Amino acid sequence: MSAPGTDRMTRLLALVPYLEARPDGVLLADAARDFGVTEAQVQKDLELLWVCGLPGHGPGDLIDLSFEGDRVRVTDTAGLARPLRLATDEAVALVVALRALLELPGLAETDAVSRALVKVSAAAGEPVDLAGAVTVSIDARAQTLAVVRRALETGRALHLHYYVPSRDERTERTVDPMRLLLVEGHWYLEAWCRRVEGTRLFRLDRVDDLTVLDEPAAPPEQAQPRDLDDGLYQPGEDQPLVRLRLDRSARWVADYYPVEESVPVDDPPGGLSVAVRTADPAWARRLVASLGGAARVEDPPELAQEIAEAARAALARYAD
Amino acid sequence: MNLVFALLGTRQFVTAERIRTIVPGYEPADGSERADEAFKRMFERDKSDLRELGVPLETGRTSMFDLDEGYRIARSAYELPEITLTGDEAAAVGLALRLWQSAQLGGAAQGALVKLRAAGVDVDAAGVLPLQPRLDAGEPAFDACYTAARDRRLLTFTYTRPDEDAGTVRRVQPWGVVSWHGRWYLVGHDLDRAAARVFRLSRVAGRPRISGPPDAFAPPADLDLAAVVARQVDRPEQVVVLTARPGTAVGLRRRATELGTDGHGDDRLELRTTEPWSLADQIAAHGPDVLVESPPELRAAVVERLTRLAGGAS
Repeated sequence: MSAPGTDRMTRLLALVPYLEARPDGVLLADAARDFGVTEAQVQKDLELLWVCGLPGHGPGDLIDLSFEGDRVRVTDTAGLARPLRLATDEAVALVVALRALLELPGLAETDAVSRALVKVSAAAGEPVDLAGAVTVSIDARAQTLAVVRRALETGRALHLHYYVPSRDERTERTVDPMRLLLVEGHWYLEAWCRRVEGTRLFRLDRVDDLTVLDEPAAPPEQAQPRDLDDGLYQPGEDQPLVRLRLDRSARWVADYYPVEESVPVDDPPGGLSVAVRTADPAWARRLVASLGGAARVEDPPELAQEIAEAARAALARYAD
Repeated sequence: MNLVFALLGTRQFVTAERIRTIVPGYEPADGSERADEAFKRMFERDKSDLRELGVPLETGRTSMFDLDEGYRIARSAYELPEITLTGDEAAAVGLALRLWQSAQLGGAAQGALVKLRAAGVDVDAAGVLPLQPRLDAGEPAFDACYTAARDRRLLTFTYTRPDEDAGTVRRVQPWGVVSWHGRWYLVGHDLDRAAARVFRLSRVAGRPRISGPPDAFAPPADLDLAAVVARQVDRPEQVVVLTARPGTAVGLRRRATELGTDGHGDDRLELRTTEPWSLADQIAAHGPDVLVESPPELRAAVVERLTRLAGGAS
């Protein structure tokens, strides 16, 4: 027999105990789904296993399978009744993620997570000690998360107040929830917003007064989840450019927002000239003002003027 | 496959020669050097494949009279212990395994899932909750940092602080990686600075290099990674009083206690912060709508920012 690849070996070693644990037999389609392969692949794996077993390879030494229609059972495991232990990375992935869930009480039943964690740690053995190498501390919004989860599970619409930081505004909306996202440590609800008639991301720590409505969630057909591989901020190409000159201390802006034409400059020393696209002048104004002078607006000049005037007005009030 | 069956089925150590005769698929001995070579190559490859899968392959001699070393797989070391999960526990596990995305831990989560299913646990990995897992996304340095911390090997990388032009090379004994409020950090002992240091993963340039032998150091016994990062990142809490024009400072009010109005018709707000500089940035961005009443240091910090902003386009 030619040696199967490691992926296939992993599957082959797991397949026999998988069948052993299900004495009533398993539909080929279900096994394929559980192992994430095609039915044809499961069929091939079973054919290979059929001729495997203990040395001697007589009738009593081989793995025995029985087929009834498209249902398969194992009648002799040839000694391979249990799966292989969890590898270190597998134990770490499992234990660290469960610990993270404990920090997110709104997302899963805390009690069930704790019980699962105890059982999994016991079964994983020593590698669990290494799980300390990864620690996750998440910005938890237990209450909000629990309500959003209930709306998603029961397929109902939500009513909420949402704080929009760029305009420093509180808005009221009815939304049709689509999915929950965890991006860079913050939870977001992606939903169809009936007010703006578009798909929007709502950061949960900016949501207030959340209620599940009686009416069902009905996102229209054009409500498509966004592909977030390019980051959260995806400005359209037709949006106007704001050109900024960043001090060294404000260069993080270029990492945080998608910028175009990023060019190092000597004035200020170690500075960076960048262009950001935005449809919202209020957003740009607030960003620059919150950088407290560490960024200068090069274009448009009206924006620079506006920011300076607001600052002068504030200084005048302090001088009173 | 047959090698696993053969070695699991025995308490004795089995020599390579014996394996060659009892396990089908190996080139039988016909006295030729070519056949011996072919067997050796294939056997070596199979052994390394099994070890890579995590199969605990032992070597040793059953009795002192054995001339050659043999191989066996101890069943107790091979088998996943019994594990039964109730429905809600299995659901929690299914959800947990969807939180990973990196090649390393995402792949490992998939492996764990297959093994748990093989142990008879019905883990539903799809779940009813539409959820996009991104616990560890977008950090190219994550896998290397995690691997080095796991194996306790030396990590070398170029690190650029935001206030520096060029990065410096750091040599670190990594204790672990921490996600703290959405940002990933590496915590470890910096060899050149001879002290514990915290590094933002996003400021690590390129791919860190792992070198030296495994288990080269031991992290402090009572290490709490999150606490190390918190000490570095968080400072003591301060009480701040602001005045805001009515209807403004919506965001600040969300985390403030309203103290009533002052003599000029503005609202007085009290809030607490551990990051006064970032609060000063936020207040300055409100321009004339929000003023600092106390403490004086924060007031001075805001005035300083406003002065710089006012000079920007005069």
